[in-house]
Amino acid sequence: MSGQHTSNDSTVFTGFRWENRFRALLHDHFINPVLYFEYENLNHADRSLLEVVGHDSISDLRLSNAQGRSDTERELEMKLILSSNAKGWKMSENFITEKNLNAGETWEFGYALGVSRPLALAASAKACVFCRENFFAAAELYGGLGDLDGFGLKATSHYAAPTLAFNIPHRPTVSFSPSFGLNANSVGVIYRIKVSYEFQQISNWFRRSAR
Amino acid sequence: MSFNKSRIGSAGVRDERRSAGLVVGMMFCAVLFIDAIDNSWIEKVPEADRSRTNPFAGQANAVSGGARLFADHCAKCHGADALGRGKRPSLRSKEVQQATDGQIFWFLRNGNLRRGMPSWSSLPKPSRWQIIAYLKSLGEQPSPGASNQAKGDEP
Repeated sequence: MSGQHTSNDSTVFTGFRWENRFRALLHDHFINPVLYFEYENLNHADRSLLEVVGHDSISDLRLSNAQGRSDTERELEMKLILSSNAKGWKMSENFITEKNLNAGETWEFGYALGVSRPLALAASAKACVFCRENFFAAAELYGGLGDLDGFGLKATSHYAAPTLAFNIPHRPTVSFSPSFGLNANSVGVIYRIKVSYEFQQISNWFRRSAR
Repeated sequence: MSFNKSRIGSAGVRDERRSAGLVVGMMFCAVLFIDAIDNSWIEKVPEADRSRTNPFAGQANAVSGGARLFADHCAKCHGADALGRGKRPSLRSKEVQQATDGQIFWFLRNGNLRRGMPSWSSLPKPSRWQIIAYLKSLGEQPSPGASNQAKGDEP
């Protein structure tokens, strides 16, 4: 579910996303491909910048909420995610393709490259919240690659984003990431603050007695 | 005619019994096969991985760190005491405790998605070795379910 609030404008519900991923190879390899599928039904008032595709640019974000809500897009997004782990570094390369299901729209393309590493590779002997292994430094580069009618970097936007994440033990992960626009089509700086929590083994909640 | 009918009838019953026996036999074999798959990961480990040694083996600090990692990542499925939860296996079984550190390291890296065990290759290698050091420090202990079976499932 997605929604947003804009200062001096309004708070609006913008739609929903449904996503799933499939790991192509069961065993671990140097490069592990994952196929990602997403269906989204969002109106133009949604300003979340989860990825950049096609010729997305700063002008897409300049609509008022009222203008944006009147236009809803149903989109299918697919990613090929190639991830690797080496010497504590996690590397990921995403090739993104997106199709607006409205008639007359073409396929759009994008990319995202990321690398991250915990500040310590081994866990401390003593329990601690602010241990180095609970902090992750990361960097991300993402942007658009045009569409079927004009593949390439022309009239596309690109961002570089250093990230610092703090994995609070048994609590949510908090991350802070300023994204810097790399050309005139990009927003100058976007500050992204994310709080995420992974619910593990939900089936255990429904067991009558769990040892 | 009636004699023939009864012969045909008894032959039909025999066929049904034979079919039922065949089905039960196949199911029994399937159970054995599934059990064999469950334990087969040890044999899948390549020799080079099998003989890898744990750089943290026997180090008290590594065991403590491994205990914390185990609580964060493994206890949800395998229980805080590592004796298993529901269908999730005990990590203090003879099979796991007698496996080499290299075999467990290989299994942590690859997982067994068909049986619900994810790959932990995203955890840094030193952290995985710490978990193994902790697991081995726990020692072998039959799970309560196994001891009940041995006693004929006494309450």
